[in-house]
Amino acid sequence: MTGRRTLYDKIWDDHVVHEAADGTCLLYIDRHLVHEVTSPQAFEGLRLAGRPVRAPEKTIAVPDHNIPTDVDRDKGIENEESRIQVDALRTNARDFGIVYVGVGDIRQGIVHIIGPEQGWTQPGMTIVCGDSHTATHGAFGALAHGIGTSEVEHVLATQTLIQKKSKNMKVEIRGSVGEGVTAKDITLSIIGETGTAGATGHVIEYCGEAIQSLSMEGRMTVCNMAIEGGARAGLIAPDEKTFEYVRSRPHAPKAGAFELAMSYWKTLQTDQEARFDRTVTIEGSQISPVVTWGTSPEDVLPITGLVPHPEEFSSPKSDAVRRSLQYMGLEPGTKLTDIEIDTVFIGSCTNGRIEDLREVARILDGHKVKPGLRAMIVPGSGLVRAQAEQEGIAQQLIEAGFDWRMAGCSMCLGMNPDQLAPGERCASTSNRNFEGRQGRDGRTHLVSPAMAAAAAVTGRLTDVRHFS
Amino acid sequence: MDNFESFSGIAVAMPLVNIDTDMIIPKQFLKTIKRTGLGVSLFYEMRFDLDGNKIEDFVLNKPAYQNASILIAGDNFGCGSSREHAPWALLDFGIRCVISTSFADIFYNNCFKNGILPVTLNKDQVDGLMEDAGKGTNARVEVNLEEQTITAPDGRASCFEIDPFKKRCLLEGLDDIALTLAKVSHIDKFEAENTLSRPWL
Ligand code: SF4
Repeated sequence: MTGRRTLYDKIWDDHVVHEAADGTCLLYIDRHLVHEVTSPQAFEGLRLAGRPVRAPEKTIAVPDHNIPTDVDRDKGIENEESRIQVDALRTNARDFGIVYVGVGDIRQGIVHIIGPEQGWTQPGMTIVCGDSHTATHGAFGALAHGIGTSEVEHVLATQTLIQKKSKNMKVEIRGSVGEGVTAKDITLSIIGETGTAGATGHVIEYCGEAIQSLSMEGRMTVCNMAIEGGARAGLIAPDEKTFEYVRSRPHAPKAGAFELAMSYWKTLQTDQEARFDRTVTIEGSQISPVVTWGTSPEDVLPITGLVPHPEEFSSPKSDAVRRSLQYMGLEPGTKLTDIEIDTVFIGSCTNGRIEDLREVARILDGHKVKPGLRAMIVPGSGLVRAQAEQEGIAQQLIEAGFDWRMAGCSMCLGMNPDQLAPGERCASTSNRNFEGRQGRDGRTHLVSPAMAAAAAVTGRLTDVRHFS
Repeated sequence: MDNFESFSGIAVAMPLVNIDTDMIIPKQFLKTIKRTGLGVSLFYEMRFDLDGNKIEDFVLNKPAYQNASILIAGDNFGCGSSREHAPWALLDFGIRCVISTSFADIFYNNCFKNGILPVTLNKDQVDGLMEDAGKGTNARVEVNLEEQTITAPDGRASCFEIDPFKKRCLLEGLDDIALTLAKVSHIDKFEAENTLSRPWL
């Protein structure tokens, strides 16, 4: 079907090792990212079966989920189980000959931030990781998705995955977006439109002017949350911005090899005649700065909205909404901008990149964090942290009252000590507002970095457009 | 992995949509380096209060469902995190079949790697089975993978679709990695070709 293929079709076709009569394929994996939480059982499986890692040079290991983000963390991990997990990753990496980026390494950070930062992520690759937000790498036009631990073991042993092809879905954001609307608002609004299961069984290609005009950081934010809409992966076709981003990275192809790679990467575009199984079109001008009010990422409303009534939904979602509102401690009809918060968390693989921190600094512009409010910034990597320090952003944020921490997943999922207390309410730049996600009985409102910055100053959910 | 054999068992209903893997097994239990022992922590924050006491009216705490082996749940079951700890916890509790109107992709795949059968049925069929499950130990539901049927206590049978390859792997308890390694010559060939066509990788 040359000439009528989508971007997904093309990457897929270039990675099929074997196809069985029933369509079950063996797909080659170019890059495998590994972290401490979902890999120990996979390495244990290899040991038990006496199997080596097939392509250790294509595999990178980094601890991120469990590690403390205190400035003095080189004194070690207090929590015994976390320490064992991180130690196990280091030992496994050493025993199997895999690159390991440890906590003492300035490059250490959230796996989905350091892949692109180091140039381990490149267009046209297949990339997997035992983590659902692997979709992030799709911003480069790489087919990237999360896998379970058994599949981690399968990739380690064979450098392939057993897969059936997903369907093609196109999400087009037409025109440009209005003031105060960021990549985070775009991706949340898409999920609000399609629902958390709306893209199940599909690979999404994001396109349209509003997507093209995003920076690489913004594109990563959009693709990061593809999984929250149920998609297997999210993709954005690579363009000049992509090539420029990749060019200077330590592990990108060099000189002649880069030019050769680029001539291939340029072919990674959906053909004009290609057919999508499903298309969703959203006008950029219709997207507002948004927040979530419930416990599912689809519970999204413009910041100007009101907490909904369960009756506005049909069964069984209405029951889920009732449960959500109770969990969130919210009354239907409350203005979203009247919701007071206790904590602001800025970080995660969704919004922990340098551009996000610059945006926070820009919004803060001389303002201070509201007294009594807990405000933390956890850069996505040691290099993001260093860059922010170099640009003077870190100093500005610290003076404003933010807690300036070391890189890691931190309160995105609270496996380390960075957690919400029961009942504590947080404006968070992360990606999941599930019950208990940031700490048991903690209440999460997902927002963009700009909205999080504004909320830190006012102490409530705030429309960044009316904030100065 | 053991062969998946047909069985009949007690079904437990959780009529909630979007049950995510954070709910199924909260993060504090992901620090293990083993696959076993997670059953006691299944749905932990729904099952136990802040002081660690059992929440008596949560369905899995009711005596009738202590031996449940089939879970019937609302739409989009298993969404969110890729953690395979979710199926490990279900299996360790004794759940061998999950029935819903739809599943999240990664969870669905993870089930097969652990000998759990995820079954997709339509809303009416799921609602009917949830009603049956309300009868606790007085109602047994039969799961037959060979025939691809779920049979309710009154004999109503619902057929389900399943990928033939996945079905065979479950029925025969096949080891995916061994299956793939049998095709290693294809992988070698692919890698050799790749070195020529995409030498920068
Ligand atoms: S930052 Fe959050 S979503 Fe991203 S990898 Fe870490 S835990 Fe997962």
